[in-house]
Amino acid sequence: MSSAETSTEALEAREYFKGISDSVCGIVEAERAPRIWYPAFAAALCVAGVLVVSLYILLTVGTGIWGNNNSEAWAWPIVNFVFWVGIGHAGTLISAVLFLMRQKWRTSINRAAEAMTIFAVICAGLFPVIHTGRPWLAYWLLPIPNDMAIWPQFRSPLAWDVFAVSTYMTVSILFWFMGLVPDFATLRDRTKSNVKHTIYGILALGWRGSARQWHRYERAYLIMAALATPLVFSVHSVVSFDFAVGQLPGWHTTIFPPYFVAGAIFSGFAMVLTLLVPARAIFNMKHIITDQHVENMCKVILATGSMVGFAYGTEFFIAWYSGNAYEGFTFLNRAFGPFAWAYWTMITCNVLVPQFFWFKKIRTSPFIIVGLCILVNVGMWFERFVIIVTSLTRSFMPGSWHYFSPTMFDASIFIGSFGLFFTLFLLFLRFMPMIAMFEVKGASPHAHAGVKHH
Amino acid sequence: MSHDKPNDQVEDKLYGLLAEYESPGALIEAANEVRKAGYTKFDCHSPFPVHGIDPAMGIKPTILPVIVWAAGIAGLGLAILMQTWMNNWTYPWNIGGKPLFSLPMQIPIAFEVTVLLAAFATFFGMWGLNKLPQLWHPLFGNDRFVEKAMCHGFFVAIEAEDPKFDDEATKATLQEAGATAIEEVRYKTSKKHRALPNGVIAFMVMSVCLALVPFAYIAKKRASKSDKPHIHVVPNMDFQAKAKPQAASNMFPDGRASRVPVEGSVARGELKADDHFYRGITGGEWATEFPKEIALSAETMERGQNRFDIYCAPCHGLNGAGAGMINQRAEAVGATATGWVAPSNIGQESFAKQPHGQLFNTVGHGIRSMPGYGSQIREADRWAIVFYLRALQRSAHSTIDDVPAGDKPAIR
Repeated sequence: MSSAETSTEALEAREYFKGISDSVCGIVEAERAPRIWYPAFAAALCVAGVLVVSLYILLTVGTGIWGNNNSEAWAWPIVNFVFWVGIGHAGTLISAVLFLMRQKWRTSINRAAEAMTIFAVICAGLFPVIHTGRPWLAYWLLPIPNDMAIWPQFRSPLAWDVFAVSTYMTVSILFWFMGLVPDFATLRDRTKSNVKHTIYGILALGWRGSARQWHRYERAYLIMAALATPLVFSVHSVVSFDFAVGQLPGWHTTIFPPYFVAGAIFSGFAMVLTLLVPARAIFNMKHIITDQHVENMCKVILATGSMVGFAYGTEFFIAWYSGNAYEGFTFLNRAFGPFAWAYWTMITCNVLVPQFFWFKKIRTSPFIIVGLCILVNVGMWFERFVIIVTSLTRSFMPGSWHYFSPTMFDASIFIGSFGLFFTLFLLFLRFMPMIAMFEVKGASPHAHAGVKHH
Repeated sequence: MSHDKPNDQVEDKLYGLLAEYESPGALIEAANEVRKAGYTKFDCHSPFPVHGIDPAMGIKPTILPVIVWAAGIAGLGLAILMQTWMNNWTYPWNIGGKPLFSLPMQIPIAFEVTVLLAAFATFFGMWGLNKLPQLWHPLFGNDRFVEKAMCHGFFVAIEAEDPKFDDEATKATLQEAGATAIEEVRYKTSKKHRALPNGVIAFMVMSVCLALVPFAYIAKKRASKSDKPHIHVVPNMDFQAKAKPQAASNMFPDGRASRVPVEGSVARGELKADDHFYRGITGGEWATEFPKEIALSAETMERGQNRFDIYCAPCHGLNGAGAGMINQRAEAVGATATGWVAPSNIGQESFAKQPHGQLFNTVGHGIRSMPGYGSQIREADRWAIVFYLRALQRSAHSTIDDVPAGDKPAIR
């Protein structure tokens, strides 16, 4: 027990644990953020300001400022909704699914990915609410007693969507906060400031790392992961029901749930990499978020990107094999119709771009990774655009065919939502532990220091 | 709260012994030893969950999964009940004639609510079973614990309340288990040392009070009456920039909100090209004949009398002599002195000489102080009135010879 060998091992372990706390808490405790944080935050705030101004105009003038019209009633707001919800899937996938699969490398990225999830779902939730036109009546979507003596219509996938997305949001926040509590306790015990001690103290709920508490905590974490795993798959499946339950050619297809889920993971991981590859360089986290972790994520993108490509192929095959004239027309129209440019953008970014990740050289070049990941998200936005716009602008009645053009406000609200997202994410990086310290410590080989093997 | 009351005892009480160990492995060994020594009120503290410590400490599996399971089942049942009650019973939705109750359509929401309630149970159940939040704890007063326990230290704490606790013997047990440091943990028993800072309490009280303001305002407004219009927080489309009929408007040069039809435009069915029937004119002169649409029959005469009694008799009197109710009243209140023009006697010679068309025109458009009745009485009825007027005029100049022989005895 007290031999020199175990003591060295124990010393190394304690130094490693302290090093993790120092480097992660150091970001939060530092007087000033890294220099690049300030211009980035200013830019994000400006873009978020664009969102605020656009929303003000939207609410005072009305949805007529969008390009939406009679046959293209969904248009950009729903494209953006599905885009953001999709991005919001990586966080829970990393924290829950990879946890159940005992993928220890997830511990370095799960906190930031969960934060990203919550911010992406906030952005996502914005769009259907403003798309209703009178967002102050959005509570009509919820089963609340009202003076019209009417209830939500639960046969509608849009009502399912309300339950799925709000449940996902709630569970994501609970899961995220649960993970943060032990790390808040670390920050609480390190800070010298009274104000911070009070704030972190309240957030840490008085956590004292007791083994009896850890026992229930770990069990709860496992249960949460087990609950969140089917939840994360259900949410994008329900989002895909918004389309699949409709009878429009190009929407009415059973492949949608798995295809949407694969796409969501695909875009979510791309967003995680887009954020974390620069963040780990700026905050000197390369020893925690290692090259191996980045490579693993690239491989996930390659796998899910190929699944999405396979789904595109299957859709085309079924359009031909079903012999349904409307379905056949819809897909030919997608590839060769007026929106062919959007379709081929989607194919290029979603199917071809991830194939570069077959090469180790590319999986280890940060700039190329970020570039490819941004292209992937461009592609995933276009996927939803293609599904929604090409189907609605070429529906059953040729009389309602037309070309859809967005307006300046479609663009400003979408771009503005990135401002909101990045503002929240940069605040998170600055004021919260961006890496789950206790999980990294617990998943490291040092966690077994001094353990006798029986 | 800022200064101690005399009876608020500040006693330095022993919480227990805190021993530090060098590694997770050493902690497990120590926990094993402490348990074997028969201690029950002790705990281990580490910056991350140390795997293998549960059996070493003798921790029994938590009941949490059962709570979560129950909450999940409750969520499932609740969701199905909710959907059935809302869509089948209290507000039956007929969607394309599908059966009101069907389980498949309920699955997505039932699943989500199951997960939601189970997640709530996991989250709140875990904190509840762990007796958290508990912001104050004796160990937080120990500098070594605060410095290391959440970062890189591994501790065993044995409480003084443990029946086996004995300062020296317990110290020895901990020491033998390989402790690198052992400290006594003391704490102040006064409530003051456990309370939240005043600033936090003030903030919480203020937040609660401020949060109640809107509700109090709504409650007050609901309970009081006002003659002012409703507050329109969201105006929806209650106030629109629109022109109302007969209102003024700056939009058009003539200052009117209502538009005049284009000159010469005629509404459907309003052409009225037949001068004789609609205006009582034939060949530029007052018509002397009744239009062909008017049957000179007893029914027309009755209709004319009926309309005359309604529209004309109030002024002209039932016999047309000009002594109607209004005229009687006007004379009774002395209105003749202030310019009351008595209604004409329809039976007078000059009227009897007028062509049918002229009388028709007078009924429709009025004359002198008599208003026109064209807007109230349709053309056919106006002609019927004219027809009846002829009868009244005839009766005004009649003699006993005009009475049919058979009726003479009745009026004599």
